[in-house]
Amino acid sequence: MESLQKVIEEHSFFKTLDEKYIEVLTGCATNETFKEGEFIFREGENADKFYLIREGQVALEIASPSQRPISIQTISNGDVLGFSWLFPPYRWCFDALAKSKVRAISMDGKCLRKKCEEDHALGYELQKRFGEIMAQRLQATRIQLMDLYKMPARG
Amino acid sequence: MQELKTKIENPMLPKTFQIHKVIKETYDTYTIELSGQDCKSNFIFKPGQFNMIYVFGIGEVPISISSSSENTSHIAHTTRSIGAVTNAINALRAGDTVGIRGPFGSNWPLEKAIGKDVIIVAGGIGLAPLRPAIYHLLSNREKYRKVTILYGTRTPLDILYTNELEKWKSMDVYITVDRTDDKWRGNIGVVTTLIPQAAFDPKNTLAMICGPEIMMRFTIQALQSKGISDTDIYISMERNMKCAIGFCGHCQFGPAFICKDGPVFCFEQIKGLFSKREI
Repeated sequence: MESLQKVIEEHSFFKTLDEKYIEVLTGCATNETFKEGEFIFREGENADKFYLIREGQVALEIASPSQRPISIQTISNGDVLGFSWLFPPYRWCFDALAKSKVRAISMDGKCLRKKCEEDHALGYELQKRFGEIMAQRLQATRIQLMDLYKMPARG
Repeated sequence: MQELKTKIENPMLPKTFQIHKVIKETYDTYTIELSGQDCKSNFIFKPGQFNMIYVFGIGEVPISISSSSENTSHIAHTTRSIGAVTNAINALRAGDTVGIRGPFGSNWPLEKAIGKDVIIVAGGIGLAPLRPAIYHLLSNREKYRKVTILYGTRTPLDILYTNELEKWKSMDVYITVDRTDDKWRGNIGVVTTLIPQAAFDPKNTLAMICGPEIMMRFTIQALQSKGISDTDIYISMERNMKCAIGFCGHCQFGPAFICKDGPVFCFEQIKGLFSKREI
């Protein structure tokens, strides 16, 4: 079985991160699995973790009264799930539903926030990486909102 | 950049083709299969080229050829209903006839892709112009390394060629939709979000992209950030093509004409024009 440290080190999100920080991160990490149909977190709950998805697919959903939940995006192996642990009030904004069996490494957000306060260089590294992912997802969401494939054309 | 231009006797004179099969792909998109009425000559074209389809009494539109270039006895066109002529095309039935001029334009660089990983990125109806290239890759699979198809559509109901996608197993096919209900088991998000799932060697990969221009812009950025060179990125452009032979100027794109110099361009060749909003 692969060690947690090795898995974290090899995950694309932490690529090129200094080894000493990998050790720090490993101290806040736990292996987790979720069955198909299981909620990893639900809107409004305390956001005290984030997840490195190793296998499977997670749907971000939002519940709406009198209709079925609306799926907004899927997160797959190699992706990172969860930003809300980084910003007050530390509550999830969406439901995260395992669409298949999901293997993930969860990172304890409280533990990491404390370590980032103690070592701002680590905090900056994490903020940079999350910032990049957030920018990519914001851009993707904007394109999604454009409804490009419906745009009128001539002919 | 054009690898081949097919000689046409009189490019302005349509030939009569008869429809022998109509396939309903989605609620607004149909594929028509047709062959020349005289049946004296085979229809030779290269993947990526297009024809001008003339619906008698209605008008003429440029539509990419969506069938295999290895099958010269008939051709197929996949058309989404978006206007008067395309509505008329999709109302045609087996036995009806249309006028065809073509084939026109440049083709996908399938020779250049030999020995490389190939990544195909299609958005919406953009899968149709890429389908002949996919057929070529399938029938010459041993010449290419890893082939990945990334396909994004609006909803699961907009997915084209659903029966065929399952058969393209010698390639990695990833599909994503922009919006869906809870019955969909696949990916949700724009097509660029599939790129991290694709395994390819960026130094030895050729990318072919077709879809709405905004989608192509973001896809190019995402592929560039993965290390694919501009000389290995090819896109199929669309403009208001009329004559199809570079005379009328309707599809002028800077110094180039989409009908004659395109529709397939190497990104390196047109990147200076691609970001110019006046063009």
